[in-house]
Amino acid sequence: MPVMSYIQAVTAALREEMLRDEKVFILGEDVGKKGGVFRATEGLYDEFGEYRVLDTPLSESAIAGVGIGAAMYGMRPVAEMQFADFILPAVNQILSEAARIRYRSNNDWNVPITIRAPYGGGVHGALYHSQSVEAIFANQPGLKIVMPSTPYDVKGLLKSAIRDNDPVLFFEHKRAYRLLKEEVPDEDYTIPIGKADVKREGSDITVITYGLCVHFALQAAEKLAQEGIDVHILDLRTVYPLDQEAIIEAARKTGKVLLITEDNKEGSILSEVAAIIAEHCLFDLDAPIQRLAGPDVPAMPYAPTMEKFFMINPDKCEKAMRDLAEF
Amino acid sequence: MSVKRHEALGLTDTEVIEMFKTMLLARKIDERMWLLNRAGKIPFVISGQGQEAAQVGAAFALDRTKDYIAPYYRDIGVVLTFGMTATELMLSAFAKAEDPNSGGRQMPGHFGQKKNRILTGSSPVATQVPHAVGVALAAKMEKKDFVSFVTLGEGSTNQGDFHEGLNFAGVHQLPVITMVENNRYAISVPYDKQVASSNISIRAKSYGMEGVTVNGNDPLEVYQAVKEARERAIRGDGPSLIEAVTYRLTAHSSDDDDKYRMKEEVAEAKKNDAIVSFKQYLLESGVMTEETLDNLTKEIDTEVNKATDYAEKAPYAKPEDALKFVYEE
Ligand SMILES: Cc1ncc(C[n+]2csc(CCOP(=O)(O)OP(=O)(O)O)c2C)c(N)n1
Ligand SMILES: [Mg+2]
Repeated sequence: MPVMSYIQAVTAALREEMLRDEKVFILGEDVGKKGGVFRATEGLYDEFGEYRVLDTPLSESAIAGVGIGAAMYGMRPVAEMQFADFILPAVNQILSEAARIRYRSNNDWNVPITIRAPYGGGVHGALYHSQSVEAIFANQPGLKIVMPSTPYDVKGLLKSAIRDNDPVLFFEHKRAYRLLKEEVPDEDYTIPIGKADVKREGSDITVITYGLCVHFALQAAEKLAQEGIDVHILDLRTVYPLDQEAIIEAARKTGKVLLITEDNKEGSILSEVAAIIAEHCLFDLDAPIQRLAGPDVPAMPYAPTMEKFFMINPDKCEKAMRDLAEF
Repeated sequence: MSVKRHEALGLTDTEVIEMFKTMLLARKIDERMWLLNRAGKIPFVISGQGQEAAQVGAAFALDRTKDYIAPYYRDIGVVLTFGMTATELMLSAFAKAEDPNSGGRQMPGHFGQKKNRILTGSSPVATQVPHAVGVALAAKMEKKDFVSFVTLGEGSTNQGDFHEGLNFAGVHQLPVITMVENNRYAISVPYDKQVASSNISIRAKSYGMEGVTVNGNDPLEVYQAVKEARERAIRGDGPSLIEAVTYRLTAHSSDDDDKYRMKEEVAEAKKNDAIVSFKQYLLESGVMTEETLDNLTKEIDTEVNKATDYAEKAPYAKPEDALKFVYEE
């Protein structure tokens, strides 16, 4: 099995899907000749040609809207937003159009589009190249939001997103792109959207998180294991709609729950996870639900001191996990 | 005898009578909806009155067996031409389960019907422009010989999606025809407070496409412009922007008091009502007799009555149907 980085898994999934189905095409800014600013579409322009890896004008609402039109016709567009921060000009198309088209047409039309975007900080990207934007989209029935944490999950989930008959937002942590590597099968496989995944079995406390924070939590858990604290880690993988069953099961397992996100705390995905646990697990809890998240400031600053202050890291995870274990 | 205008365009007598009939049907359905609204039977109407010539003239110039359309809320004449029936429009007005546009989920005027290649529309204006461009992109990628056709009001051309969509279409020379129905008002705000350019079609230049302004009260002039645009698109010569200058003969919607326009201005516009002038043309050029007209009017009245009765009696969706079709089921 080849070892792949997180971004190589993105490219592999795109390429395999384009080979499998000629309706699949990519559109976005600099995705063609250049292969994307992060190189997620590297080599695909040469292999598939201009119209399957289309360099669009700098025009996010058109990238989404043209993709939606092509998807209604029966194509399988994979639109790239250069940075998640720049998805905002396309929000009307994503929410008013993509998310509502099946519902508003009473199932007559549907939009099989995947919109990929690199999100997240820790890369000296400052306010507009670091943000987590999932919460903006996470109360919009009709949309699905996938945020994978590992190269293996990236490949299987991106393939599922492209094959899905409804719109999927696929957020990739840009710091994970080259940081995370693992063995990824060459073969075709998919991972179901809407299913969370246990990344570590444990019996003392439960951590529920997603994206790059899964990686930080796993590192912290290894350290705590040496102190005899056994951590259970659930990776949400799909942050909307949430896998309620898996969340409830993971919370019940240890009765002590820590939720982690890199997003600002108030109104984040964690708020909904906490509400699900509060609704279903009152008598199973041995401690108040804890949240570790970014501070409620607009976005993370550029200077390394302030950026580090904002970001989640293994040390912060370790401390929050130990505190909860000792509660 | 000289060649009649419609013959010069390659239209037969039967075809122009069909065009007139569709315009009149659109008008009669629309008028009935206002009556139903004022009688408290339907909550809302948004009208196409005054714009039927532009709508029907344009839609007749398309290929109704393969072109895709993304109409806006006034386009009753466009969707009728593309195969939606009076009954289906009435089902939508009454928000009944059988409404093919949305099963009673959307307000009237939010058209959509896949079997007739009518893309589903929403309320935020101009969002349909990039969709039509996307369909045209698919046509180019798949090397298919159809075009997409999208409409919007002149006020809506100030939206970003108009610019983003047309620029995209121009860059990739896509087979999409955009028709702006310039009725000179966006609700209460008149053209000169809405758009800084002297007309809409000159905007085409900056998108690298053909632009033309036509008399939207003349279905034959609009037909010709759209037909030529379609031929260009099919030849691979790219997109077109057509501005059809018309006037809105009703209030913006059933919820609008229309107090911002002078009564005289509206009365003057009614003199140019295309339903009257096109009828005149067909009678004077000997295409249609008074008797044909009488029969046709009666037929339409019956059709509208039947459609209204059917839709009024049709069932609503079950309450819990509100939960269906969020995702694929
Ligand atoms: C994005 C957005 N803003 C505001 C509205 C409310 N609105 C509906 S129609 C309309 C005026 C549109 O005028 P125009 O484009 O000229 O079309 P017309 O109604 O005159 O045919 C407005 C402001 C809307 N539907 N969408
Ligand atoms: Mg107007």
